[in-house]
Amino acid sequence: MAKMPLQFSLNGRDTAIFVNGGENMLETLRRGVGDMSPKYGCAQGTCGSCTVIVDGQPQLSCLTLSQTMEGRSVETVSGLSDGPQLHALQQAFMDGFAAQCGYCTGGMLMAAKALLMNNPNPSRDDVVEAISGNVCRCTGYEPIIDAILDAATKMRGRAM
Amino acid sequence: MIGFETYPNVDQAAAALRDDGVYFGGGTLIMRALNYGEQDFSRIVRTTDPALKQVEAAGDRVRIGADVTMREVIASSDLSFLTPVARSVGGPAVRNVATVGGNLFAEHPYGDFTVALLALDGRVSVAGGGEHDLSDFISSRTTFNGVVTSVSVARPGGQDFRYHKVSRVKPKGVSVMSIAAWLPRATGRISNARLAFGAMGETPLRALPVEQALEGTSLDASGIESALQAVIGAFNPPDDPLASGWYRKEVAPVHLRRLLLGEGEK
Repeated sequence: MAKMPLQFSLNGRDTAIFVNGGENMLETLRRGVGDMSPKYGCAQGTCGSCTVIVDGQPQLSCLTLSQTMEGRSVETVSGLSDGPQLHALQQAFMDGFAAQCGYCTGGMLMAAKALLMNNPNPSRDDVVEAISGNVCRCTGYEPIIDAILDAATKMRGRAM
Repeated sequence: MIGFETYPNVDQAAAALRDDGVYFGGGTLIMRALNYGEQDFSRIVRTTDPALKQVEAAGDRVRIGADVTMREVIASSDLSFLTPVARSVGGPAVRNVATVGGNLFAEHPYGDFTVALLALDGRVSVAGGGEHDLSDFISSRTTFNGVVTSVSVARPGGQDFRYHKVSRVKPKGVSVMSIAAWLPRATGRISNARLAFGAMGETPLRALPVEQALEGTSLDASGIESALQAVIGAFNPPDDPLASGWYRKEVAPVHLRRLLLGEGEK
């Protein structure tokens, strides 16, 4: 069976690629497009390290059939920064030591970005809920929660 | 290579399944099988039929389209009684795709949403016609090769419906057990209660001995005593990495008491 064509928007850029039938979006992004920012973790929807944003909502790329992404808008960590200018979330993670080994960080950032897109003024409980599908074995989560709240405050300040 | 077919209506999708196709709802179960090379299908079939996305409240029941996601359940004012249940399923990224229909097929210890549907007198509709009692459907789900179109449940009044998920990881984790209880009352006494447990068997199960023990009792410490005794022998839960079957049986009365008395988790 031949590969199938797939067109979607990746971080605002039109992207066209051929995918295997049954291929997951994590494979398509990493091996097909070369965007290595979503990480391969559990491949069963438990760890959250492959989290991307699809049409404004967080989604696990390992559980996403690539062929269902036709015409959709996909965002990854690669699209967060503006050249050398880090996104407020990335800066807050760095300032607050919210990354140690870093393997979960990409998924955490995308889960956090999806939260702040839909809720610019989240409570601590909102943040805990937003990253409840993302596992971190290093930080104990508190620095990550603090960093997301810090970024939210700064992003609201910029918007005013 | 796995084939992928999309059909505009559910009957066409059901007809296309044949022996080697699998229906694709949200994909959380199918993609996991594919990622681990455990698939027993060579074609993925889906439909864009909008009927599977509808929520229809009529009388004392509400019909939920099989492709309604957990996120959409939370957003629906007609399904507010199911909000705590849907919120207990995965994180936001899972809830954006996980569907009501797919949850019927989730293997132990998953399938918490189905536990609630079971307690609420769930009835399953499938493509081609026919409505099945949810208990019967679940017991034969491994041989089902069709498309679930919707699940109809009773709409509980006020405080009549309760749900509790027990997990070791906060705020989210896989179930040690989940309990759903529909507790209609007549003149202060429980009448025709329905209770279901998740992770206490290979599938979500009704707790018939507990339901019988609750009949005609009041929801207080002495009124529920026989129900707490009844739950001890009601199930034969499997061992898994989260808990042994023995542990699940031992703590079942504790969590049932908390649910029935509204004590919450300590």
